[in-house]
Amino acid sequence: MNFIASKQPENRLLGPESDTQRTLYPYVTGTSVVALKYKDGILMAADMGGSYGSTLRYKSVERMKPIGKHSLLGASGEISDFQEILRYLDELILYDNMWDDGNSLGPKEVHNYLTRVMYNRRNKFNPLWNSLVLGGVKNGQTYLGMVNMIGVNFEDNHVATGFGNHLARPILRQEWHENLSFEDGVKLLEKCMRVLLYRDRSAVNKLQIAKITEEGVTISQPYSLKTYWEFSAFENPAQGAIGSW
Amino acid sequence: MFRNQYDTDVTTWSPAGRLFQVEYAMEAVKQGSAAIGLRSKTHIVLGCVNKANSELSSHQKKIFKVDDHIGVAIAGLTADGRVLSRYMRNECINYSFTYESPLPVGRLVVQLADKAQVCTQRSWKRPYGVGLLVAGLDESGAHLYYNCPSGNYFEYQAFAIGSRSQAAKTYLERRFENFADSSRDDLVKDALMAIRETLQGETLKSSICTVAVVGVGEPFHILDQETVQQMIDAFDIVGEKEGPAAEPDDAAAGQEVEAEQGAAADQGGSTDEGVAPMDI
Repeated sequence: MNFIASKQPENRLLGPESDTQRTLYPYVTGTSVVALKYKDGILMAADMGGSYGSTLRYKSVERMKPIGKHSLLGASGEISDFQEILRYLDELILYDNMWDDGNSLGPKEVHNYLTRVMYNRRNKFNPLWNSLVLGGVKNGQTYLGMVNMIGVNFEDNHVATGFGNHLARPILRQEWHENLSFEDGVKLLEKCMRVLLYRDRSAVNKLQIAKITEEGVTISQPYSLKTYWEFSAFENPAQGAIGSW
Repeated sequence: MFRNQYDTDVTTWSPAGRLFQVEYAMEAVKQGSAAIGLRSKTHIVLGCVNKANSELSSHQKKIFKVDDHIGVAIAGLTADGRVLSRYMRNECINYSFTYESPLPVGRLVVQLADKAQVCTQRSWKRPYGVGLLVAGLDESGAHLYYNCPSGNYFEYQAFAIGSRSQAAKTYLERRFENFADSSRDDLVKDALMAIRETLQGETLKSSICTVAVVGVGEPFHILDQETVQQMIDAFDIVGEKEGPAAEPDDAAAGQEVEAEQGAAADQGGSTDEGVAPMDI
């Protein structure tokens, strides 16, 4: 009997491992996505930054895309994995359309499909390193859900990824209510995005807001938020704590 | 149909452009006991005649629940029907798991039809010898489809398959224009009437038929014998007493008395009794 620890025979169940690779860490990442339900559908906001570690390298990355007729997908995390997911969904929607039978996949179905994909990849220790926000409207029903790289998924009236969970959701919990108008929804989202801009180091001041209603998807042109840096607390930040961080 | 030199296997065409094996498979459907289906805008009712082989045996199951929103009635080789039902159940449950949404009936019947077509184009296979009436609900409303061993499928307002189905079809043809707006109970009544047509004089009782319903807000389920018998009695469907033999007459008389007395007792429980008329 051979007691020498050898990688090959133990991993036989996993198949030939020499050619395959697994995701170990992300490289080019997007930061938070924030979304909420409003009167006519869903509003979603994401900035256009793609960070390469601590460098804010790419500043025109579109992190929200329409899916089929009824859904909108926003992603944070590894951008290349997001592009891979878009390919999967493209194929899914294509096959759905090819039935040509009047039925179509709605946001709930797409969200569940994504959950299955994300969870499966996680089980194979080769995750798609993303947190996804999926929103949409179908037959008058509004849907908003989130799924992340370990397969955790849920639906809610407002969702966020990454830092958004810590900075934006408390604001939304206080100020969100049913039947927000479009203007109020945008104001609320901008408030969240502004806080993220001040406090998240990977945020860039160039964002898009997307809306999806029964009529379809509109993604705004990129624009910037007004910021104010003259707060007295910003002037001498170490004033109250000299010598410490 | 005459035996000829082009009917040995399914992958041989006849000079007239026919595949005899497929046509023989459709014959098998015609020999099976009757199954009928009809739909309104919101409900679909499936019904079938259950003939037990002998008085000692139970009858074959011909209606299967495929999912909460889909059910199927079969005629022909019931073993083939069972296998196809299992396939359909699998497809529905896998779709539900992936999309958390019910599989649209229209897609299921296409998958079923494609599966049947494969068997008409492989020399080592044979066509499924069963016709399926698929009843289901989807976003666009209530649907009734018929899947053929040939791999064709058709959508119907109402249809009947199996032996003596022509009688039921005639009845349905006369009435189908009203079905779209029928109430659920009227639809069941029409189903029972159609089943009675295929019995050709034999008394209709809940022990020899099965009825299932699916509709908006009502998941697919088979009605239990008692309910069916109550409906038979309530609609006074027992009807014409042209039964020539004494036994059916007695049974008919017994049923009539029951209807008069309004009793809901399941009198036609087993097939082996020459039911003695009740003393009034």
